[in-house]
Parts: sequence; C-alpha cells; structure tokens
Amino acid sequence: MYSKKIIIRYGADVVDKPVVYSLVKDFDLAFNIMRARISPRREGLMVLDLSGTKKNFDRAIRYLRGLGLSVEPLSKSVTRNVDRCVHCGACVAFCTSGALYLDKNTMEVIFDPEKCSGCELCVKGCPTRAMTIDLL
Amino acid sequence: MKTYTVNKTYGEINEKIKKGKAVVVTAEEIIGIVQKKGDVAAAREVDVVTTGTFSPMCSSGAFLNFGHTSPRIRASKVWLNDVPAYGGIAAVDCYIGATEVVEGDPLNSIHPGEFNYGGGHVLEDLVAGRPVRLRLESYGTDCYPARRHEKNITIHDLRDAFLFNPRNAYQNYNCAVNMSDRTIYTYMGVLRPDMANATYSTSGQLSPLFNDPYFRTIGIGTRIFLCGAQGFVAGPGTQHNPDAMRGENGVPKEGAGTLATTGNLKEMDPRWLMGASMLGYGVSLYVGIGVPIPILNEEMVRYASVTDEDIYAQVYDYGVDYPSGSAQSLGEVSYKELRSGRIKLHGRVIPTAPLSSYYKAREIAAILKDWIDKGEFLLGEPQQLLPSCGAS
Ligand code: SF4
Ligand code: SF4
Repeated sequence: MYSKKIIIRYGADVVDKPVVYSLVKDFDLAFNIMRARISPRREGLMVLDLSGTKKNFDRAIRYLRGLGLSVEPLSKSVTRNVDRCVHCGACVAFCTSGALYLDKNTMEVIFDPEKCSGCELCVKGCPTRAMTIDLL
Repeated sequence: MKTYTVNKTYGEINEKIKKGKAVVVTAEEIIGIVQKKGDVAAAREVDVVTTGTFSPMCSSGAFLNFGHTSPRIRASKVWLNDVPAYGGIAAVDCYIGATEVVEGDPLNSIHPGEFNYGGGHVLEDLVAGRPVRLRLESYGTDCYPARRHEKNITIHDLRDAFLFNPRNAYQNYNCAVNMSDRTIYTYMGVLRPDMANATYSTSGQLSPLFNDPYFRTIGIGTRIFLCGAQGFVAGPGTQHNPDAMRGENGVPKEGAGTLATTGNLKEMDPRWLMGASMLGYGVSLYVGIGVPIPILNEEMVRYASVTDEDIYAQVYDYGVDYPSGSAQSLGEVSYKELRSGRIKLHGRVIPTAPLSSYYKAREIAAILKDWIDKGEFLLGEPQQLLPSCGAS
C-alpha cells in the first residue's frame, strides 16, 4: 500500500474534466481531498491524499501530467526556515498531523514534510514566522 | 546563621575562573553529579552551575538615545518603523516596548489577528543591523525648534541603546488548557477546545530561578547571559512574588520570582533576541537569559540539582476561568510530565506543547559555561539580593 499527498494545479481548460473520478475508476486509488480551491478565473488547486499500489500511483501521475496538470508532492511546497525556527514547540500544539513534533532527547522540533496535511495553521501560528507554504 | 561544611566566596570562585581552574557544569549536568556524590562532595567539586531559558518574554524593551538632529528637536512623539515608542523621557531618548504593535495593524478586527510586526521586531531589526525608519514629532521650542524629523538609522547610528526588561525569567508559570468549546488564541499559544491540548512555558530544571529558589545568590548586579551579551540583573522584576506557594523542596508551584534585566543592545545577537507574533494575542520578544549559580555551599548545590520531577506547575482554564479573573487551579502537574508530551488531568490524557525552547535554553547554559571556562565571564556579586521569603 502506497500513500502520498500531492498538489494538483490546473488551468481553466481542465476544470471541467472528471479528474478525480478517473483516479478512482481507472487507477483504483483511494483519495482524500484535503483542500480544493478554484479561483474566479477558474484555475484551481487541489491537495489530495492518494493511496493505492505504487504502480497505479505512478500511472495516475503520468495520466494527470499528460492532461497538462502540474503535479507535485505536497512536501515540496511546505518549508521551514531553519534560521528562524527557535524550537519553541508552539507549533506542536496545533500541528495535528504530527508533521511538526518534538524530539524528546534533543528537545529539537523536527519537521517531517511527508506527514504535513497542508492545513497552513503553522504559517500564522508560528511566532517567528518560520513556516511557509506555497499553495498558489 | 547557618553553618555549612563547604564555604566559598564569590572572590574565591572568580580567582579560579581567572586561572581557568573553576569547575563549571550546566543545571542538567549537576543533577547526576549530586545524585552520585552527594551534596557536600558535589559542592566541593563544582564552582558554578549554569542555567538557561529562551521564550517570548513580554515586559521587555529598550531605551534608545538617537542623538541630536540639526535643527534640534525635542521629540515628544517617536516611531520606529511605524511602531510607537515612548518619548516622554527627554529630548532624544525613547523607550521601545516589545509588545507595542505597528500603527495601522488590523489587530483582532479579523480574529485571530496575525500581529506581524511590533516593538519586538523593531528590536530584532536593530540588533540584526537592519535599517529602521525613525520618525519624530514635536511642538517646537526656542531651544529645540524642529517639529518633525525623519531618517533611516541602524543600531550603529544610535548613541546609546540598552535593553531594559522590567520582568523576565518568571520563576514558574501556568500550564494552560481550554475547557470552552471553541479554539482560543492566547499568549499561551493556540488552545484547542475541550482540553484537547495543554501548553506550558518554562525550561524547568534548566530555568534560572528554579535553581536558586530563595534567591540566595541572585540580586542587583548579578552578571548574566542576556541575548548573547553579558548583561546584569537590575533588580527584582515587576510582579516578583517570593511568597508564592512552595513545595517541600522550596520550589514555587506557581508564578513567583521575576528578574528585571539590562544589557547593551549593541552587543546582542539576533539569535538570542527575536520578535514574536502571537496569533490572536499580539507581539512580543523572544529573550534568551542564562544565570550562573555560584556554588557557595552544599545548600546551593542541592537547590541547583533540582529535577523536572520535583517542579510543579498549576493548570488553569484559559477558556473561561482565567479571562474572567477568577482562575482556580485545576490541578498540578510536574515538568517531567509536561516534557513527556502528555499530562493526566481529570482522568484525561492531554498532549502538551511548550512555548519556551528547551533546546535553546540548553544551548544558552552551554555557552555560559564555555564563557566561564574560558575566563571571559566573571561572577557579579549582587549588591543586594532579590527579596525572598524567610523560609528554611
Ligand atoms: S512554532 Fe515556529 S519557531 Fe517554534 S518550533 Fe515551531 S516552527 Fe519552530
Ligand atoms: S501545514 Fe503546518 S501545521 Fe499543518 S500539517 Fe503541515 S506542518 Fe503541520
């Protein structure tokens, strides 16, 4: 079982295509829509948590890219500025996905982008503004 | 007057420091030494225990003298990067407070407000050497005719700049939960409804005032690590309360002692002084402080070897009780539990998160130890100890 969170960005021309439907029907992937946004000019963005077999996942990504969509792992869009992070731990209170957590030995706050759900709470919740998410 | 087996003076310890012979350990390291060797042997061996804390500390700010302009101005209103500073001190002096929010900020009109910039950030910008816009207004006098002045400055252009924090390094603080049914945004961080999380804010066994609970060695003139520079304890901080509830080990179980601190802003390092934006609450300043505890006798080493297990905080509901001003403690939890990542309260297991960086506190204690080891930092003998209670 393979699972990955991805961001799909698409232009107005594909907004009407049943993309998510194909992921289920043709590639047998289970999905969870974590965010979806369509701008007034009808470009859109979707954060999906996909799971299925690795083979089907790879085929699905090829299919999406073939449609002209931009597909990226979510983890690439979430970054922590290590120079600003003071390891205070305030984010541990609201990062419910466990992407930001405290190492009990070193007392460092660790950021694991693979676990991030893209909720963006840390962007404003981090007192030093160390977290940035690029969901444009 | 108590008698001790081990007796050392500040002078003797400073002589050892100068010769590079003082034995210095951190407040974490001393725990094992005392457990293994006992307090008398540990007090003979160790001369100084270093502590540290790094967290958002409201009640911080700096006095700045920006020098005379030509024509001269008697600045009565002062802004730095559009953050108002207090100008009612003298013609070209002001005080910029950490929690002052930039003018025009939407505050909490869209709740929770972001509070992206304020006094704490001005201080960070200055210390980092970044340019800051200084704006002055006046009514004009015969000797100070100018009514307006504006220029970009950096910290190097300031004639004098010293941090003066009226209340830092709180000896203990609350653990916060939220018993209401909505998420709240507080100075204790984001608290989710129905006690879904708990936050706390001291570095426990590493925190300065936990290692000298009765202020036997800390007072006016104690030399400290202050935001990367050598600063001083200026006196008891505001709200200093030596009569707080204490455990058998003398350690306060609620907010108690505080320090007023001061140091030269020009010598500070932005790694240890950083602006803070507290979602829905306001701006503040992360301050790093380390206090050396001189091991004058076996009693001091006993105090300095306190562990998280023996330090307790009171839990308060920030949803209803605390804001209404009638807070009743919901119970007490040890820092060992708090740091383990979960506490038990009213039969529930609640995940915890700190606001104070234990990681940075540890780094500060290590830097202070290094300074003393190298003979770069001498103990400052207090001219007058902080007010204490008479116990034991
Ligand atoms: S809240 Fe920000 S500064 Fe604090 S640990 Fe998290 S990412 Fe780092
Ligand atoms: S966006 Fe931030 S708070 Fe949300 S899951 Fe990712 S790291 Fe955690």
